[in-house]
Amino acid sequence: MEGKATRDAYGEEILALGRENKSIYVVDADIGKSCKTVPFSQELPEQHVNVGIAEQNAAGVAAGLATCGKVPFVTTYAVFGSMRMSEQIRQEVCYPKLNVKIACSHGGFTPANDGASHQGIEDMGVMRSIPNMTVIMPADYYAARKLVRKSAEYTGPVYLRFTRDPIPFVYDESVELEIGKAHMIRDGIDVAIIANGDIMSRAVKAAEELEKKGISVRLLDMHTIKPLDEEAVLSCIEEIGRIVTVEDHSILNGLGSAVCEMTAEKGKGRVTRIGIRDQFGESAPYDYLLEKNGITVENIIFSAEELLKN
Amino acid sequence: MNKNEKVAYLKEKAKELRKTALTMIHTAQSGHPGGSLSAADFMAALYFDELNIRPEEPKWPERDRFVLSKGHVCPILYSSLALREYFPYETIYTLRKQGSILQGHPDMKVCPGVDISTGSLGQGLSTAVGMALAGKRDRKDYRVFCVVGDGECQEGQIWEAVMSAVKYQLDNLTIFVDNNNLQNDNSCDVVMPTGDLKAKFEAFGCNSRRINGHKMEEIVEALDDLRDMNDGRPKVIVGNTVKGKGVSFMENVVMWHGVAPDKEQFAQAMSEVEAM
Ligand SMILES: Cc1ncc(C[n+]2csc(CCOP(=O)(O)OP(=O)(O)O)c2C)c(N)n1
Ligand SMILES: [Mg+2]
Repeated sequence: MEGKATRDAYGEEILALGRENKSIYVVDADIGKSCKTVPFSQELPEQHVNVGIAEQNAAGVAAGLATCGKVPFVTTYAVFGSMRMSEQIRQEVCYPKLNVKIACSHGGFTPANDGASHQGIEDMGVMRSIPNMTVIMPADYYAARKLVRKSAEYTGPVYLRFTRDPIPFVYDESVELEIGKAHMIRDGIDVAIIANGDIMSRAVKAAEELEKKGISVRLLDMHTIKPLDEEAVLSCIEEIGRIVTVEDHSILNGLGSAVCEMTAEKGKGRVTRIGIRDQFGESAPYDYLLEKNGITVENIIFSAEELLKN
Repeated sequence: MNKNEKVAYLKEKAKELRKTALTMIHTAQSGHPGGSLSAADFMAALYFDELNIRPEEPKWPERDRFVLSKGHVCPILYSSLALREYFPYETIYTLRKQGSILQGHPDMKVCPGVDISTGSLGQGLSTAVGMALAGKRDRKDYRVFCVVGDGECQEGQIWEAVMSAVKYQLDNLTIFVDNNNLQNDNSCDVVMPTGDLKAKFEAFGCNSRRINGHKMEEIVEALDDLRDMNDGRPKVIVGNTVKGKGVSFMENVVMWHGVAPDKEQFAQAMSEVEAM
């Protein structure tokens, strides 16, 4: 596999941003090493804060920094960044709409053998529920670099989710991405696959297999689940009507839910959600965990074919 | 057993615990050796002397409870449980493997002897307070022991838990602070100085003392002393410890927080522990 972990992309891009803009801060909570902010802390100590193992404090400190014109990136794991500091994010970041970014490694099942305590499977859903929050998961290393930069350029709260382990490249350096705009990887007319994050290479593979079977697929990278690109989803509903969503996240409250909300309100279109089946993970290989939840190339193909049957 | 015999016996057990934990982490090629080794001596004293438990009846209602608040060092807890025969010794080779009862962080649903699931730092002590409070309300004699990390003490929830333990006069609760002065990113002094933890727990109203956390004599004395001191104050033992204790190349080296030894390192580690 040719690929790279998106936490590495974060570490590299945040360093580049920090060099360019002295207002960019990293607020670590003792897992800078695991979240790849060590080069930043070494080269830019004046723009770095480590509050220790104190995530709630990290969120509050970041809010305070933001009121003074800094652009803090609170850096931790997805479970802690979304849930341990959840109310602090709501009260002191999202409600005042401050320019704080929550940058999280260990999204979904990517910290596979750490077990359930460290697998952030509901994080995007939690963050999506809070007004003013933007929620993003890049699909590969290149997308992550672009979207970290876009997040820094955007003024307001952003939740970013990265992978612990390497994932295959689906793009190259030339990829252009906009927050809140779905990226069409391929166009088609029979089925739409809307996916995001670390499972994108599986979605790409499934789309290729389906094409071979004569089924034409539109594949969207919905890296931003909030604000959702309603226009893109709407055209899938209107033009295609059959949608499979795929994510390394709970089927509740994430990408699949967001798409279902729209189709339900339109009263049109059918959706099959592929994602974590509302159950905790465990210590096991990443592929096994995905398989156990049906997040596989085969199941994407199967789901698309089923939708086409009726 | 007189005291000297007990100390000698527990030192042997601590060695076995260290070797088992290292074997586990080496086999899994994943896990946290540093903080497992720094807690080994205290764990030996608990599991081979102090705790009133029945391995054949893990859920015995009258048992003393144990909470590993710093859940990432579960290899040392699993070693204690394996050597007390809560499950077959061979189970240790399944650490972090699919379907194993030895999850990457303790899971009470699947592992006998684990009284509460932990892994997210700062939360275990609150659950220990709940267990101790229930013991008081139910007029039971069981006690609760909880191991916390020094880095972990940076979590505000630790201090919220301590306040509740003091308010409810939980002298049936003993907290062991593994004061190895290292955490994930660096030393505690660099990341976030925790100051004098003994004084902090005392200021909150605990019966707090500091010992050498690797001197079995001192551990045994502290536990002996505290056993009958039931004046309402929660008990705290701050152990001066060394992360990676027993393995020269791991001692006091931040990197060994969460890295598994390779084949050669493992062989060296095992022989060094043997020679302790
Ligand atoms: C809430 C939370 N934040 C971060 C982590 C990641 N983490 C695991 S171990 C660790 C360092 C723990 O240091 P310390 O409590 O001193 O333990 P020890 O030195 O005994 O290993 C961190 C930050 C976590 N498990 N939980
Ligand atoms: Mg420590």
